[in-house]
Amino acid sequence: MKAAAFDYVRASSVDEALRALTDAENAKVLAGGQSLVPLLNRRLARPSLLVDINGLDLSSIRRTDGHLVLGALTRHRAAETSALVSRDLPLLTEALRHFGHVAIRNRGTLGGSLAHADPAAELPAVAVALDAELTIRGKHGLRTVSARDFFTGTGQTELEPDELLVEVRFPVLPARTGHAVEELSRRSHDLALVAVFATVTLDEDGVCAQARIAIAGAGPTPIRAIAAEESLRGCVLTPGLIAGAAREAAAATDPADDLHAPAGYRRDMAAVLARRAITRANGSAR
Amino acid sequence: MKVTLTVNGRQVTADCEPRRSLADFLRQDLGFTGVHLGCEHGVCGACTITLDGATARACCLLAVQAEGAEITTVEGMATDGELHPLQQSFRDHHGLQCGFCTPGMLATAAELLRETPSPTEAEIRERISGNLCRCTGYQFIVDSIADAAKKLNPRDAP
Repeated sequence: MKAAAFDYVRASSVDEALRALTDAENAKVLAGGQSLVPLLNRRLARPSLLVDINGLDLSSIRRTDGHLVLGALTRHRAAETSALVSRDLPLLTEALRHFGHVAIRNRGTLGGSLAHADPAAELPAVAVALDAELTIRGKHGLRTVSARDFFTGTGQTELEPDELLVEVRFPVLPARTGHAVEELSRRSHDLALVAVFATVTLDEDGVCAQARIAIAGAGPTPIRAIAAEESLRGCVLTPGLIAGAAREAAAATDPADDLHAPAGYRRDMAAVLARRAITRANGSAR
Repeated sequence: MKVTLTVNGRQVTADCEPRRSLADFLRQDLGFTGVHLGCEHGVCGACTITLDGATARACCLLAVQAEGAEITTVEGMATDGELHPLQQSFRDHHGLQCGFCTPGMLATAAELLRETPSPTEAEIRERISGNLCRCTGYQFIVDSIADAAKKLNPRDAP
């Protein structure tokens, strides 16, 4: 349980971090380290170089033109206790309470969690649910990737080895939006066996103007349940309609068997959790 | 690499490899053996310390990352030979059995009481759920933390 040897650089600017990433053969970015250091300790990751970005100025939370923009180094705990986040993105605030325990949330970062791309983690699914945009810096400048395109497989993302995720832009949720997180995990604050993240936006007459549903732990990447969302749009949500959408959401999953749960169980639970999440999101939107 | 940090109010400098975890650095290189190592991948909470005012898993940090940081280990909780009220409470309520999880439990409880001076039993249980007690002595630990909260905040007590 001791890491293999590696070189270490403490970057003092984004440019310096990018140079170090470009020059090294097998470098890894060290942000909060709450996923990476355990991997190092178990020698499941053996980078030649760690580029520590904790000294960079990437932890602001700010509101701009209908978006809440969070720096990649924003700690989970800072986002969880932010009044701006709870006002504009209450789904994220609720989801953050399911992340690791407080000692882990104190260190873990939003950018690190997204770049690590664990399909059972909450944040990638929240980013997909909320149509977040990820801003990436490389040697040729900035580029933006939507969360839905960012995750390409288990632990795999659009990030090139010499690029750095610098911020996440979340469109602020509209008025009359309710939200809910429903998660099944083996112990509190552990990664999800399955988790469903939902928002429901109602119009003035109580009709569903938009629903967003994303699922973690039920495929190699977070899943956005588009067909289920479409089945709710334009309707007054009834228990029967919600149950149908929940089954539709579960049908969009692609779970794998593992030690803890067979695929069929995860799919069934996705339907149960989706029904609860949509029901609660709809109830809190009024 | 050279690492300079402040532990329990005292500045210390020592050499270590970049791969050295903060837990091993504190325990083996600096002699703060109250930092206990259980799982070494962030699950058991035995190595929990306070770093720049917030709890952290010392096994999930590299020593080189702690350059310039202020750290409190269990050795730094008592002042002038007086036990911290939480430590006294753990003693009174038999909250430490084998004692292995105790340093991490104390750091976790101290942070809880700073943020939530009068926690409910459910809030205490929720907060210590990231610290594994191998004696399964959770009830006594919950009692200890609840009693320390009362002593620290007598006016808020229900």
